[in-house]
Amino acid sequence: MAAPAGRPKVTNMNHGFLRRYLFSTDHKTIGLQYITLSIFAAFVGIALSVLMRFHLVYPESRWRLLETLWPDGAPGGVMTPELYLSLMTMHGTIMVFFLLTTVPQGGFGNYFLPLQIGAADMAFPRLNMLSFWTTFLSFVVLCAAFFVEGGAPLAGWTAYPPLSAVGQIAGPGQGLGQTLWVLSIALFCIASLMGAINFITTTLELRTRGMSLLRMPLTCWGWFTTAIISLFAFGVLLAGGVLLLLDREAGTSFFLPAGLMINDKLLANKGGSPLLFQHLFWFFGHPEVYIAILPGMGAVSTILATFSRKPVFGYRAMIWAMLIIGFLSFVVWGHHMFISGMSPYSSIAFSLLTVTVGVPSAIKTFNWLGTIWGGSLRLTTAMLFALGFVSVFISGGLTGLILGQPALDSYFHDTYFVVGHFHMIMGVATVFAAFAATFYWFPKMRGRMMNETLGRIHFYLTFIGVYAIFIPMHFAGIAGNPRRYADFAQFDFLKDLSFLHKATTHAAFFTAAVQLLFLFNFLWSWWKGPKAGQNPWHATTLEWTLPSPPPEENFGHNPPQVHRGPYDYSLPGAPKDFLMQQEER
Amino acid sequence: MNVAAPGARRRASHTGLYAFLCSVIMFFGAFTSAMVVRRGASNDWKGIPAPDLLWVNTGILALSSVAVEKARRHLREGNRKNFNIAWSTASLLGALFIAGQILVWKDLRAAGVFLNSHPGSAFFYVGTVAHAAHLAGGWIAMAFLNWQALRWTLGPGKRTAVDVASIYWHFLGLLWVYLLWLFRFWGN
Ligand code: HEM
Ligand SMILES: [Cu+2]
Repeated sequence: MAAPAGRPKVTNMNHGFLRRYLFSTDHKTIGLQYITLSIFAAFVGIALSVLMRFHLVYPESRWRLLETLWPDGAPGGVMTPELYLSLMTMHGTIMVFFLLTTVPQGGFGNYFLPLQIGAADMAFPRLNMLSFWTTFLSFVVLCAAFFVEGGAPLAGWTAYPPLSAVGQIAGPGQGLGQTLWVLSIALFCIASLMGAINFITTTLELRTRGMSLLRMPLTCWGWFTTAIISLFAFGVLLAGGVLLLLDREAGTSFFLPAGLMINDKLLANKGGSPLLFQHLFWFFGHPEVYIAILPGMGAVSTILATFSRKPVFGYRAMIWAMLIIGFLSFVVWGHHMFISGMSPYSSIAFSLLTVTVGVPSAIKTFNWLGTIWGGSLRLTTAMLFALGFVSVFISGGLTGLILGQPALDSYFHDTYFVVGHFHMIMGVATVFAAFAATFYWFPKMRGRMMNETLGRIHFYLTFIGVYAIFIPMHFAGIAGNPRRYADFAQFDFLKDLSFLHKATTHAAFFTAAVQLLFLFNFLWSWWKGPKAGQNPWHATTLEWTLPSPPPEENFGHNPPQVHRGPYDYSLPGAPKDFLMQQEER
Repeated sequence: MNVAAPGARRRASHTGLYAFLCSVIMFFGAFTSAMVVRRGASNDWKGIPAPDLLWVNTGILALSSVAVEKARRHLREGNRKNFNIAWSTASLLGALFIAGQILVWKDLRAAGVFLNSHPGSAFFYVGTVAHAAHLAGGWIAMAFLNWQALRWTLGPGKRTAVDVASIYWHFLGLLWVYLLWLFRFWGN
């Protein structure tokens, strides 16, 4: 709410603990809450994946811990296929929604969008608080699935019916566990929609004087485009979720066809279409992958420019590329359904549109290379992760072009090739961007520096680790290895891959362990890191004009006047090698 | 809000509202396309017997929109008393619409048409309940403003809240007409 001019705003210092740390409406606190939630979710997700990889290569081994944790899921310490599938479902759901969707937008976006456009807060601070707590509730509801009768659901993060719709008789987790999953996703949709409304309004209405749209840092463009995509995508998933819930709980037949026999029982449903759910899901699902990566693209652009001491190459082209990607993301969903029996003509249309995404993606990639080309690179940890992002974006994007061919995809679909593709481009790329953003902005958020040596070690080991995990998965996929199977050892044609899988698993253990370095660095620097100044990286955007950490009211009653674009590095004839956005000269 | 420009909050409220409307349109758009696909997927589609009450409800909702517009005119002219009368009428009609919808659902159930009877009934219940839920949200905002108005704490200065609530209300009216067409004509 507007404070009357000339009167100092009441600051957070006067609030009690609850208002200050829990139910705060300050975008910076909310951003940190999102970041904390995501880091926690990430470690839960990592732990689940380690258990899965372990089972894949040592399917017979007995492990007391497993039996303690899941007495029904691992009798005698051996993981059942049902437990494996439930870990897989929870891993995918937690990672996609509560890490990849949450940290780039809810976390960094919340913290830095108002700062970078010179605003005091988001447009609707209370709505902002509400979206965080709804996200939190959604996470709690999802995790509750582990603890209820039957355990967590088995249907994967895509939750295709019939499996996800028929209930308990299809498997232990398909009862209450799957219901909680649907509820959790519905809550997540609502939270994301609230967030999107806030981001869009803030960007359009709260920019400070002189901050025209074409002077916004590309980070802001990333959050803005992401918010628009979210606004149009999550409502569709919500609709799909509601219908799925009714099929499960109210005996409707939206997605369930006639004549379904499950475990020798004939279901009463008739006439529904499982493919209908796939369409609804992927109409959301493909935009969702860009919801995950676009904010990262924005952050990487900024970070590459800062540490190359050069303006972003083709600033306007970068914006157009993002907007075009955002638009195209709504018309390619069919590429997830090439083998669903769709008409070959639709396949061709979806295929052509899909490969078209390659054009703006390539524009971005070349512009990133153009940005660092000939720059005086400073290989800080943030910069290394940004470069790593470009690397995995290329390696993951190229396999997308392969999957985008219906002829090739009819072989690759549901193999490890797809798993390799999306982990590389969605998982690793987004996480690299998040690491880059963390190292870049930690000094601003905390007023202390993170440890660079530890950071670089963490980067190099992680970089090697992720390639060692995910590149071999492509080979497994080429060899025909199906995904979402709990045990490959039973298939003769996969026997030769056992070494490859062992290597992958060990790389996964290694990479997971390396992440503890990051956690340690983060926590240690939070309390003990050396003090950071106002602008340690000599960056140009508005957040660096404030003390670290910024005061509660951000710019207070002196919203800055912006005079220039966001990337004025190495200006000819300027006294120093950068000019900040509010500097006149 | 630190942007000194006057009307910043007013503009922000409208932008936020229109963004919200986009997401509601996407929700009902997905609902519609699910309906089209589901109808084409099998030959078990049946329409629903449409109680006359639906038409009465439609009329009530239309009248409430008219009352809302009248109220806004009075507020612009600073005539608070007439505003209160018109706005209260609108709130009452809004409540009446929701009550009417509940009666429709009751009638249908009495006629043996349940959520899981057939796809036509399933989509009808989901669509009308979702609409009523959105409407109930708008009605709460309306009733809150009404409460303020009757205590004379709502002046022309709070025009933004009134305007935003009104736009949302008209939108839900249009959405209702669309849904009615969908169920009554397309779906029968
Ligand atoms: C030029 C760019 C891209 C192309 C042509 C492309 C193409 C494809 C295709 C055809 C599939 C379906 C494979 C199958 O299931 O058989 C797929 C799966 C997937 N892609 Fe991409 N992709 C691209 C970029 C991206 C990006 C940027 C992301 C994320 C940030 C992403 C995330 C995913 C995910 C998560 C899946 C698998 C979902 C699942 O089945 O669980 N892709 N991609
Ligand atoms: Cu896709």
